[in-house]
Amino acid sequence: MVVKVYGPAYASPKRVIVCLIEKQIEFETAPVDLIKGEHRNPEYLKLQPFGALPVIQDGDFTLYESRAIIRYYAEKYRSQGTELLGKTTEERGLVEQWLEVEAHNYHPPIYEMTVQLLFASKLGLSVDEKLVKKSEEKLGKVLDVYEERLSKSKYLAGDFFSLADLSHLPFTQYLVGPMEKEYMIRDRKHVSAWWDDISNRPSWKKVLELY
Amino acid sequence: MATPVKVYGPPLSTAVCRVVACLLEKDVEFQLISLNMAKGDHKKPDFLKIQPFGQVPAFQDEKISLFESRAICRYVCENYPEKGNKGLFGTNPLAKASIDQWLEAEGQSFNPPSSALVFQLALAPRMNIKQDEGVIKQNEEKLAKVLDVYEKRLGESRFLAGDEFSLADLSHLPNAHYLVNATDRGEILTSRDNVGRWWGEISNRDSWKKVVDMQKQQHSP
Repeated sequence: MVVKVYGPAYASPKRVIVCLIEKQIEFETAPVDLIKGEHRNPEYLKLQPFGALPVIQDGDFTLYESRAIIRYYAEKYRSQGTELLGKTTEERGLVEQWLEVEAHNYHPPIYEMTVQLLFASKLGLSVDEKLVKKSEEKLGKVLDVYEERLSKSKYLAGDFFSLADLSHLPFTQYLVGPMEKEYMIRDRKHVSAWWDDISNRPSWKKVLELY
Repeated sequence: MATPVKVYGPPLSTAVCRVVACLLEKDVEFQLISLNMAKGDHKKPDFLKIQPFGQVPAFQDEKISLFESRAICRYVCENYPEKGNKGLFGTNPLAKASIDQWLEAEGQSFNPPSSALVFQLALAPRMNIKQDEGVIKQNEEKLAKVLDVYEKRLGESRFLAGDEFSLADLSHLPNAHYLVNATDRGEILTSRDNVGRWWGEISNRDSWKKVVDMQKQQHSP
C-alpha cells in the first residue's frame, strides 16, 4: 500500500510530495479541483474537515496539515533518503524553529499574494491591490531577516538542508514564476544563492516535471 | 541541579504563555525574564540577536537559543522526555502525528482569527486604537467556521488529538483564555457544547491556573 496524496496540482500538497521524494517513499496522488469546489464535497470533508489541501491516506491512517505530514514521514523514515531533521536534538530544535518561521512569518503574506494574484480572477473576484502591496512589504521584511541569517548559514537551520528549507519551495516557486516577483529573491544575494540551491535539488525538479 | 531555562517576554503575551504552560506541564524549572514591549525592549539590538524578527518569546537553555513558541514547546518535549507530563507530545509516532496535525490546525486556522479578535476587542481599546468592525465581523465568521469543525471533533474525542491532553490542546489556551475572559465574545467557545466542555477541562489544569496567576501578579501593585 502506498501513501496517497490529495491535490498535487496545488502548492501545499507539493510540500508533502517533495518530502516523500527526498525520503524515497512511494506515493500516488488523487486530484482535487479547488475551482470546481471539490474540496467542499462531503467525501473530501470526511478526510479533511477544514476543506483544505492536502490530506494523505496511508492504509487506514489519515493525516492532514502539510507540515504535520512532512514531520511524520521525515521521522518515520529517518534511516532512508535525505536526513531532513538534523542529527541532534539541538539541530532538530533549529529545524522546528525555522519551520515555524515559515508557517507564521513567511507563509501568511506569500499566501495572500498567491490568492490575490493567482486565484482571485479564477474565482471571479477583483484583485485587492492594497492587500498585495501590504503583503509584499511584509514578505520583504521577512526576506531581509532571511538574508542576514543566510549570510551566516548555508541553510536556514544550519549547514544542512532540512524540512525548514523544503517547506519554502512550493509558494516561493509561485513567487518567482507566475507571480513575476523573482526580484524579491534576486535582490537579496544570499537568499538568491539559497533559492538556487534548494530549487535545483532533483526532488524539486521532479515535482515540477510531474505536477 | 540543572540551571533553569530562560524564557524572554512579558507574561501577558499569548505566545510567552504557551511556552510557560508547556514548561509547567513538563515540570522544567524556568526563569521568566520580562520585556517591556511598550518601551520597545523587543526591538533593541541585544534582543534582536536572539530573536531577529523582534517577536516574543525567546528561549535559552545550556545548549541552545530558540524562538517561535510552538518550536520551543516541541524542543522542550523532545529534550525532557522523562520529565513531568510524559504524554504531552505523544508516546508513539501515530499519537505524535495527530498532535502535530492539531498543533498545525491551531497555528493555521485557530490562531489567526482568534488573535485578530483578541487584538480588536481586548487590546485596541487599551491602546487607544480604533476598533475595525469589518475586521471583527470577518474574523468572528472565520473563527465560527473553525469552531464548527472543533465541535464535531470534540464530540468524537475527549481532546483534540485523542483521549489524552496534549500540546495541541495546550497551544489553544492563551488565545482562548483572552477571548473568554477579556472580551464579550467568549460564548463563541462556551456556547458550543463540546468545545465548551473541552475548554472547561483544559483551562482547569493546574499548569494553566499557574499561568493565569502569574499574569495576575503582573497587574498587582
